[in-house]
Amino acid sequence: MTGNEAIAEAAIRAGCGFYAGYPITPQNELTAYMAKNMPENNRVFIQAESELAAINMVFGASAAGVRAMTSSSSPGISLKQEGISYLAGAELPAVIVNIMRGGPGLGNIAPSQSDYFQATKGGGHGDYHSIVLSPSSVEEAYGLMFDAFDLADKYRNPVMILGDGMLGQMMEPLSLKPGKVIHYPKPWALIGCQGRPANIIRSLLLKDGALEELNLKLQKKYKAAQEKEQRWEEQFTDDAEIIVVAYGGMARIIKSVIRQFRQKNKKVGLIRPISLWPFPVKAFAKQTRKKVKYLVVEMSYGQMVEDVKLAVNCSRPVEFFGRAGGAIPAEGEIIAAIKKLEK
Amino acid sequence: MDKIYAHPGSLRNTTTHYCPGCGHGIAHKLVCQVIDELAIRESVIAIAPVGCAVLAYDYWDFDCTEAAHGRALAVATAIKRVRPQNIVFTYQGDGDLAAIGTNETIHAANRGENLTVIFINNAVYGMTGGQMAPTTLAGQKTATTPLGRDVKIQGYPLKISELLTQLPGVCYVERVSLQSPTEIIKAKKAIKLAFENQINKAGFSLVEVLSPCPTYWGLSPVKSMAWIKDVMSKEFPLGRIK
Ligand SMILES: Cc1ncc(C[n+]2csc(CCOP(=O)(O)OP(=O)(O)O)c2C)c(N)n1
Ligand code: SF4
Repeated sequence: MTGNEAIAEAAIRAGCGFYAGYPITPQNELTAYMAKNMPENNRVFIQAESELAAINMVFGASAAGVRAMTSSSSPGISLKQEGISYLAGAELPAVIVNIMRGGPGLGNIAPSQSDYFQATKGGGHGDYHSIVLSPSSVEEAYGLMFDAFDLADKYRNPVMILGDGMLGQMMEPLSLKPGKVIHYPKPWALIGCQGRPANIIRSLLLKDGALEELNLKLQKKYKAAQEKEQRWEEQFTDDAEIIVVAYGGMARIIKSVIRQFRQKNKKVGLIRPISLWPFPVKAFAKQTRKKVKYLVVEMSYGQMVEDVKLAVNCSRPVEFFGRAGGAIPAEGEIIAAIKKLEK
Repeated sequence: MDKIYAHPGSLRNTTTHYCPGCGHGIAHKLVCQVIDELAIRESVIAIAPVGCAVLAYDYWDFDCTEAAHGRALAVATAIKRVRPQNIVFTYQGDGDLAAIGTNETIHAANRGENLTVIFINNAVYGMTGGQMAPTTLAGQKTATTPLGRDVKIQGYPLKISELLTQLPGVCYVERVSLQSPTEIIKAKKAIKLAFENQINKAGFSLVEVLSPCPTYWGLSPVKSMAWIKDVMSKEFPLGRIK
């Protein structure tokens, strides 16, 4: 299966009842898979007239208590930002998949990691966060979709899967393990007011202090997520003197580079953030050895590197190497960047 | 003695934020009367617009959600698709439905979504301070057409209802007015038919309601009603369009 198809299949197995999307490369296989398989499973699939419509359809389905998702790629995700802000403000669960491509503008359809800021820092207007998960293999993408729906319901918050064109298009063997599916009660959902007072879903709060109150509630929720939902993978960090930090497809290339260093007994390790928001600061707090230096490698001109710097609080050197616009940092370039740090 | 008139049960007993003489209050009441008469309050899900009627959920006593400006019909589409057993309607102003939301409006109609749309045409943007709406009449002065709408520059009043009749998915379109008690009774009948169509799974139904905005028309409530009759309904003729 390709990453796109694995994400779609996992969504269906996780109980996604509603999908709306608008075609854009490199995620079209996901939409096509949903078009075929959602109706076959008695779920709703809509090809929306735009990404604006798609995200607002997700808003509607979620308001009605149904697990709902959309997928797109960078320019389409930009269009969805207003809707994501509304989802966060109305505290509605939703899953949004961004299979990133090169930008800015129409850019190109090559893999990229240039939407990190947009995904992790809010993206739309207002003080909010989406929970952002980044898979680096087809199998992991499959598994994280179950987590994405679970976290969305648990926190009543949008969750984004941040992949790149590489992951979306890549074919890998996959065992379709059943994932965890918890059914959360949704007493707030709009299903008609029979036997209870009317439910209202809104984010407009005009009364004195009401909007601040909502914001404080959201902040409390984000704090809880920061405490409980940090995820990462690490390799050779016990003794590493240089820790390379990379996520998603980029981390796969880093792993192969690190193997080469280890074969020569060079103390190079890896931290691969899986939750990009909440950022896994705990992974960095553990690295108390004085000697550690960090190298952040991204398919961007330096976005996650800012979070790494915050995580180590300037106590250790943090260097950066990245290329974007469809260019992928090559092994040789990464090796050279690591060697520069060894000095 | 028989009771022949009562406050609709699904309209909350509260004061609204609408200006004196505003049509939104009348339109809210008509919607609630119809919902009560059809005994569908407990299965209704309403979508409030962004516009003066954004707080409709403070006045209506049934399940209700807000939608981003212009997106009510995208939100409604999804709700109805996942819960076809519910009665789903949107209530939208002319800016919401026919400017920022035109795309969602046309495509929901073209898909023949089994929905009811209450479209309040007051020829201005009320909430943001009386700017030009797509439905603003030629020559009409607004905050953004201080010299009056010049059709050569700002285009003609958009007749979205007439446009929608071209779409096979659309089952019913009627334009009504709140200008007088007689017209209000007709408006109620049209709104009722638009809900009955949904109950009968007949497809997309839209009622356009010519509604006074005395505040941004710069007219008294009484003169506003006369303006609908003498001026506005000449540009937007009343009656069944489809
Ligand atoms: C994306 C976005 N753009 C602009 C606005 C500001 N805005 C709020 S209501 C409105 C127009 C409302 O006019 P209309 O739909 O005709 O409803 P009315 O207030 O006249 O009832 C605008 C432009 C907004 N809330 N969101
Ligand atoms: S501004 Fe116009 S539409 Fe808005 S409440 Fe006042 S009268 Fe009604």
